[in-house]
Amino acid sequence: MLKSSSGFSIQFWLPVSAIFVFLGMAPQIVSAYRLELLTIFLINVILAQSYRLMTTTGDWTLCHYILMGVGAYATGILAKKFGIPFYMAMPLAAMITVGVSFLFAVPLSRTIGFAFFIASFALGEFVRHVWLKFHNPFGGARGVNGIPKLEIGQSGDWYFIDFWEPTNFYFFTLIFTVVVLVILYRIDRSRIGNAWKAIYADSELCESIGINVARARIMVFCVAGFFAGIAGSLMAYLIGSIDPHNFEMVEMVYLIIWVVVGGVKTFWGALIGVISMSLVFELTRPLEEWRPLLFGVILIVFLVYMPGGLETIIPRFKSFFVDLFGKKEIS
Amino acid sequence: MSFFSVKKLSKSFGGLQANHMIDLEVEKGEIRGVIGPNGAGKTTFFNVVSGFYAPSSGTVEFKGQVISGLSSSKIAKMGVVRTFQRPALFPDFTVLENVVVARHLNADASLMNAIFRHNNKAEAGNLKRAKEIIDFLGLEQEQDNLAANLSHGHQRVLGVAMALATEPELLMLDEPVAGMNSGEKAIMVDHVKKIRDDWGITILLVEHDMKTVMNLCDKITVLDFGEKLAEGLPEEIIHNKKVIEAYLGADEIVA
Repeated sequence: MLKSSSGFSIQFWLPVSAIFVFLGMAPQIVSAYRLELLTIFLINVILAQSYRLMTTTGDWTLCHYILMGVGAYATGILAKKFGIPFYMAMPLAAMITVGVSFLFAVPLSRTIGFAFFIASFALGEFVRHVWLKFHNPFGGARGVNGIPKLEIGQSGDWYFIDFWEPTNFYFFTLIFTVVVLVILYRIDRSRIGNAWKAIYADSELCESIGINVARARIMVFCVAGFFAGIAGSLMAYLIGSIDPHNFEMVEMVYLIIWVVVGGVKTFWGALIGVISMSLVFELTRPLEEWRPLLFGVILIVFLVYMPGGLETIIPRFKSFFVDLFGKKEIS
Repeated sequence: MSFFSVKKLSKSFGGLQANHMIDLEVEKGEIRGVIGPNGAGKTTFFNVVSGFYAPSSGTVEFKGQVISGLSSSKIAKMGVVRTFQRPALFPDFTVLENVVVARHLNADASLMNAIFRHNNKAEAGNLKRAKEIIDFLGLEQEQDNLAANLSHGHQRVLGVAMALATEPELLMLDEPVAGMNSGEKAIMVDHVKKIRDDWGITILLVEHDMKTVMNLCDKITVLDFGEKLAEGLPEEIIHNKKVIEAYLGADEIVA
């Protein structure tokens, strides 16, 4: 954790540059429909990574998807009802999500483990029902429709960019995703990131060495909420309409599956999880209504046979070969 | 104004009176031992003083400020830091990382620092200080090992190292030699003496092991059935009739 963040090896840069080449050329390679799926995938990466940050203190919530919804609703209402342009609406929506996260986190920080899990679910459902019941300004069950499209400048300006164009929106999301990943990576490797992991390991010890555990847990919740808000904001602009059904429990279950399958111990786990599960999700489209069953089985298999997630495969391989050939082969 | 004082401290859990009207004063630079037979209320006393429980009545003052009722992290910030009876550490971090994390109070742990100014100078200072503490406690051989892989004795020493990393003025040790063999005990006794003699840190410790306490402490307070039974120099305590009775009584039950 104390190593400088610039010390990446060739084993790191090779696949990463390959991924970037693919992502950069994607609009040329894939169909418009696939490109939209890829855009949603990038938003999911932000969401999964923000949720992984949340879990570093050991606090698994059941309301992260609702926080994304808060960002989406805030964006929709700000953009539609108040006509606020995206460069104001997005940060404002993220800050509103932080505010809601804070209101959630203060009572939740008094609970731990299972109580935290269930209480977060209750708070999330409360917010979802507020969306359902209040037609003004949330639009009830129909939600907020006709969110203005995202654009820079006016049509005719030389710098005009229309993000209704899938390729433009795709790159817009890609930039956000990369920036968010860099920020989250730095947080993960920083002192405060380590303090959060320390809270998971032993919160009593953390208190005794002067880490204010309750404050830290509230802070993690708010930071994770900020990035969930960004994800929601992007989603609102992408789809153009949002309603409470976008933010039902099943979405939260998928989020948990990504994170469990990938693992949460390292920064890369959640990333691996969301990539692999998105691939599985797309490849199993022909299964139709049988798909949730498959994902349920995947979740159970991982919890039983690989509780650390996919990220533990390489260390497992290594220790397997170490056992096989003795220590000096692999260092 | 004394350095550290406990005044009429009581703590009860429901009907059980674990501590009753305990008074205690510790001078700066002292090594004070708190002993007592099983169930005397030592651990409760320790947990109340270090902020893990709020007292039912009475106060704890440190350098003239009331610290009882504050959270442990606030008490640690004021310079009173405790260790644990169990090996308390972050198992997935190396020894060095454990001590560096414990430098929390002396570091900039803000989010802005995390995002924009990674690996800055202050962090280099923290690393240097952490290594100093590790050398001081003779853990330099173990520096890069995972804390989970240390021996019990080393894990307990690491606990003390982490407490020292917060730069305390009063160090509270909860049974520092519990579960150790005689070699490890001697090393721990040595460390505690060095911490006081070389760094001038006041020490308050709760301990079961009579020999260690007699060796180590300048002054001893004896608790029995939640009340203060006696207080004095080690040689006074060892000849105190009430203390002998309390301990012999306990021994008879054990035997």
